[in-house]
Amino acid sequence: MMGLNVTLHKKVNGFTLDAEWEVGDELAVIFGPSGSGKSMTLQLIAGLMHPDDGVVSSGDKIFYDSKQKIWLPPQQRSIGYVFQDLALFPHMNVKNNILFGAKGLDNQLRDKRFYDIVTIFHLDELEDKFPSEISGGQKQRVALARALIRGPAVLLLDEPFSSLDTELRFEMRNFLRDIRKEFNMPVILVTHDILEAFALADRVIVYENGRVIVVGKPHEVFNPQTMPECEFPLFFSYMISKGFF
Amino acid sequence: MDTSVLFSLRLSLQVASVATVFVIVIGIGIAYILALKNFRGKEMLDILFTLPLVLPPTVIGYYLIVLFGRNGLLGYYIYTWTGFSIMFTWYAAVLASFVVALPLMIKTTRAAIESIDKNLINASYTLGHSELATVFNIILPLAKKGIIAGTVLSFARAMGEFGATLMIAGNIPGKTATMPLAIYSSASSGDWSTANIMVIFFTIISGGFLYIANRFSKRFV
Repeated sequence: MMGLNVTLHKKVNGFTLDAEWEVGDELAVIFGPSGSGKSMTLQLIAGLMHPDDGVVSSGDKIFYDSKQKIWLPPQQRSIGYVFQDLALFPHMNVKNNILFGAKGLDNQLRDKRFYDIVTIFHLDELEDKFPSEISGGQKQRVALARALIRGPAVLLLDEPFSSLDTELRFEMRNFLRDIRKEFNMPVILVTHDILEAFALADRVIVYENGRVIVVGKPHEVFNPQTMPECEFPLFFSYMISKGFF
Repeated sequence: MDTSVLFSLRLSLQVASVATVFVIVIGIGIAYILALKNFRGKEMLDILFTLPLVLPPTVIGYYLIVLFGRNGLLGYYIYTWTGFSIMFTWYAAVLASFVVALPLMIKTTRAAIESIDKNLINASYTLGHSELATVFNIILPLAKKGIIAGTVLSFARAMGEFGATLMIAGNIPGKTATMPLAIYSSASSGDWSTANIMVIFFTIISGGFLYIANRFSKRFV
């Protein structure tokens, strides 16, 4: 098991992030209100921002360690990152967008991975289409495929479903749950949607004002006794499980 | 058309083409740094590269003499080491055109690069691509329109350069007299028919260039 081990300290423009947590090869949801430092955490993990100090490591791979003065640039971290706006390259078709993520693979492996991933993600008919020509859910799958084709050590998802309508959001959540089995790695998903956190998480990390206030299993964290605001979503997910929707 | 008109036309195209090649390479480099890097003195650098846009061409010519003249700050060393002085050669016309055209390239390209979603660049980095690979695969293709517009504007501006060229390259018929200088000579010596041909020609190609630039960029002009 590789997992992901994160200790981060960063001060920027009067905001302080002070976060420490550890997850296994599971789907961990960072949950919290906007401005609590969730997205910043992902950027620091991926090396798109410099922390003031701390550690980011997966198994024996150290991405960042302020004490040992190790800082790998994002290119060397092998971290898959799906951005909130997906960041598909508008001038490349679906095939080239995905293959742009296959850097460093030899041709044979690249072609095999591409074939596999396009099949799993139901993108085989869309290879020649440009991002502007496909739907929101399809774009999402392209962004995921692009982030995964290289076989990253960690997958980061920054509010990946926030731009989708409710129905598509359900579909994508199910899809994410299904493909999880194919890719064995820590997945960190950021959201401020409590239902999403509840529906997807193996483990929930709750953020508030740049601090981790609680880490645990969804049913422990989202307990109406300690967190009254989650009563409705719990009811809602109960209804879903009984097939009401 | 007499040979001096053809010569000045050929020289103008030659000067503008060479200057534009340098403008593209150096202009994109500077625009990239100004658009995406943060460092002390960035605004000063921006002002420095914008100045040729607003300074009178004679002032630019004067600075170029101070820098590249035979006794200039750089020109002195170039002359002592190589025995070559750029003054009153067609290279000087290239230099003058380069300096006045560079700001147009920097402005349009910088705006084009700044309008690229920063996450596209970040995505390229997280997918394992170096900064240089990201420039060639993501940034330049997405800034293409701005770069083409900047190139066309720079070429047109380089073609039309007069004041600074006059000061450092002179107006030597058959050697450094580009078309704008030839027009000046014709008009001041009362050769209106030659001047007319050149003026009409110039107006048409400049208009054509602006049309092309507009098609590629609605941001400018």
